[in-house]
Amino acid sequence: MRKRRPSILPYLLILPTAFFVALFTAWPTILSIYQSFFRQRLNIARFRQPSFVGLENYVQLLTGSDFHQVLRNTILYVVGTVPLSIVLAFLLAMMVNRRARGIGFLRLAFFYPTVLPMVSAATIWMFFFTPDYGLFNTSLAALGYRGPQNWTANPNLALVSVMIVALWKNAGYYMIFYLAGLQNLPGDVFEAAALDGASAWQQLWHITFPLLRRTTLFVSTIAFISAIQTVDHIFVLTNGGPSNASTVLLYWLWQVRFEYLDVGRAATITVVLIVFLLIFTVTNFVLSERKEIPDVQ
Amino acid sequence: MFSSGVASKSLTARLGNILGWIVSLLFGVGWASIIAWAIIVSFRPDNEPLGRGSVWFGSTLTLANYAKAWSLAPFNQYYINTILIVLMVLAVQMITITLAGFTFAHFRFAGQRLLFFFILLQLMIPTTALLAPNFGTIRQLGLFDTRLAVAIPYFGSAFGTFLMRQAFLEVPRDLVDAGIVDGCRWWQLLRHVYLPPTVPTLIAFGLSSASWHWNEFLWPLVVTISDSVRPLTVGLVRFTQLGEIGARWSLLTAATLLVAAPLLLVFLLFQRRFIQSFLHSGIK
Repeated sequence: MRKRRPSILPYLLILPTAFFVALFTAWPTILSIYQSFFRQRLNIARFRQPSFVGLENYVQLLTGSDFHQVLRNTILYVVGTVPLSIVLAFLLAMMVNRRARGIGFLRLAFFYPTVLPMVSAATIWMFFFTPDYGLFNTSLAALGYRGPQNWTANPNLALVSVMIVALWKNAGYYMIFYLAGLQNLPGDVFEAAALDGASAWQQLWHITFPLLRRTTLFVSTIAFISAIQTVDHIFVLTNGGPSNASTVLLYWLWQVRFEYLDVGRAATITVVLIVFLLIFTVTNFVLSERKEIPDVQ
Repeated sequence: MFSSGVASKSLTARLGNILGWIVSLLFGVGWASIIAWAIIVSFRPDNEPLGRGSVWFGSTLTLANYAKAWSLAPFNQYYINTILIVLMVLAVQMITITLAGFTFAHFRFAGQRLLFFFILLQLMIPTTALLAPNFGTIRQLGLFDTRLAVAIPYFGSAFGTFLMRQAFLEVPRDLVDAGIVDGCRWWQLLRHVYLPPTVPTLIAFGLSSASWHWNEFLWPLVVTISDSVRPLTVGLVRFTQLGEIGARWSLLTAATLLVAAPLLLVFLLFQRRFIQSFLHSGIK
């Protein structure tokens, strides 16, 4: 059976993985916390060397208007893309969860954006958002829309336009989890419900949704992490502009560190980002440990 | 469209079914139009700019845009770089996740849970979020502007470890015990008992990992600066920002498809397997 004699073998076998996790996950986390207490700006000669400033970075960050706007954008982006992409994913899964001619095409149409690089997707969408003749605008115009045309350069619409691209790209990916969930549903429960006279809507609300809660929890976790860590389309479509209107935390972090060369501030933003991620994952973990959630997968 | 249970033949159900079909079709066409447009325009002559009412086919189909895009930026170098980076990540990951997954599934040792949670830390804090401090590490290691710098943070994979551990735990204990009775050493057990039934999991993880790294943009943007090591994604964004490109959509779409084509083709060929692999490796 399993080895009982103490041996260093297991540790040796884990060592490579543990080493890279230590070097590129644990260490940078600690380093960020440490650096966030120092002022270090690489583009200003007298601040080139780090100097201890206590909580000053945090005070400056929390009182600065940039941070408020970026945080607001990030929350809007998450709230706008995560629930919507889940609803959309569920709808798409319902659409392709049938045996019929043409279903193969539908699945393909919904899923291919998953394998497309985000920068490629965003480059194509750049055209769709083009004023005057871009397909997004002409389609909207056909539906009676008369509002602003230049979405990616409009302060009120820039964030919405990057959200649209993310929705389009991710919905088909999350769809496959719902599709798997739908296909694993116990058919006899629905038959019994139908015999009892439950309508399709009642079945959906009282059987399908509750049984898919675990899937939803899982999809919301990956959707949240994806919303936080994917900013590639922002580089292509808006560069965070106009005037920070589409800047979210990670994009801002990149800007502060690699354009403004402010190491201390970047470290502070990293810490905020980590806290943001941990709050979510821990909440989610607690939710998923709740016993009453049925496990169908 | 919403009836997963017994099919009802009432009129409303039929109407609902037809409505469901129309909505599905609209969505499908809407989703597909994005790539369809890009493919069509990439074959449109470059000297026929798009305009109101003329955004699809040009007067003829041409391959000139691909040749032109290829000549304007070192795409073959980008290709080599992307392929090398992806292969490097895959080769190392296959080894690290197999060994770590096997260890957590097969052995009992002090600190096992603690070590497992330590590795799972990588799931909670995605590497992308740590780009600022990791950039410093890459500099200190003297790896800045190398392909290795793009690949190295992903050499250990919490998700891969987790996935392989789950797969190894499914291997029947009887088989393992029989192997031990026969006097197998750990690597023989791994090679002959644990690995054969779990190769599909390994492939599934490999597929989604490969496509994730093929598509990655931000980290390579940060740790590379020369065309000789930059991957396709970074090259594409540099290309779109070239002065002479502007709104020459035929060139832009050709370049975009050059970057996306290999994965799209592999996906078309192995659709089922691809979707399965993405399904089983939720967090890439």
